[in-house]
Amino acid sequence: MAESPPARPGAALVTGASRGIGAAIARGLAADGWPVGVNYRSGRDGAGAVVAEIERDGGRAIALPGDVTDPVVPDQLFERLESHFELPVQVLVNNAGVSADNLSPSLTDEEWATVLDTNLTAAFRLTRRALKPMLKQRAGRIVNISSVVGLRANPGQSNYAAAKAGLISFTKTVAVEVARRGITVNAVAPGWIETDMTAEVSKDLLAAVPARRAGTPEDVAACVRFLVSDQAGYVTGAVLTVDGGLAA
Amino acid sequence: MSTVTNEQVEARVVEALASFGPDPSQITRDATFEELDIDSLDLVELAQIVEDEYGVVLKGEDMKELKTVGDAVDLIVSRA
Repeated sequence: MAESPPARPGAALVTGASRGIGAAIARGLAADGWPVGVNYRSGRDGAGAVVAEIERDGGRAIALPGDVTDPVVPDQLFERLESHFELPVQVLVNNAGVSADNLSPSLTDEEWATVLDTNLTAAFRLTRRALKPMLKQRAGRIVNISSVVGLRANPGQSNYAAAKAGLISFTKTVAVEVARRGITVNAVAPGWIETDMTAEVSKDLLAAVPARRAGTPEDVAACVRFLVSDQAGYVTGAVLTVDGGLAA
Repeated sequence: MSTVTNEQVEARVVEALASFGPDPSQITRDATFEELDIDSLDLVELAQIVEDEYGVVLKGEDMKELKTVGDAVDLIVSRA
């Protein structure tokens, strides 16, 4: 039987954690001993399954419904998570994301706004909320899930690219602002990861990936687990690509 | 509804500022934040403490006007 992880002095919130990359991150952080808030918008069953799996493996988790684009939701998520585990939130993973692909001449205002709201503005509001207790505790880890598309063009995703590149610049700026308080803020930029979100995309694109294979949600989760770990205390403002070499 | 005294606020502000680094003996009403090496992030944190404890919301523009410890205490007391 595996050695049990250390008891953590705080809880972790993972947005968009009912499936895919977010679910893998939630499971991974729970395995590292973090009590985890599994946020979801519509994937109630998925979030419930993630919580059940974590509990089965001896971890602690709670499903937290809430659309992160709603400005009142960050407060609700933090309050529910903190009161449930009676611990401050010390880890925030801004993972919730949507895409609405279209070539720029055809991109609608709605497609633009939806993607920016979810991928960028929600991450800002959650980060702002998270920093309050983190500044007080002189400790905290924020990991923003960006995308290789924020670093390298991908036709049809100008809205997603703008949001994900914005998230990288946001990450770097906040990292510098709060570094002297022992809080780290980093971004992970996944490339081609096998999830529901990428299931529709042509497999021909895999030829562009130097590793010649898609990544798994666990590949991304491993990077997040590292950035959240004590060992990564001096890593801040970084963008960790996990893309089989795609952006290299 | 003002139930806090100037002295109480001053004591709390001094305590908070001391937690950001300067020696408590240096934190007088006339001391400037610049002299105390209290930076903008420290003031954001002070604003958070003030909001939590006194329900006084200090916005970014309020904080920019503050030069001395006394300025901060007076502003908080006037709004508490």
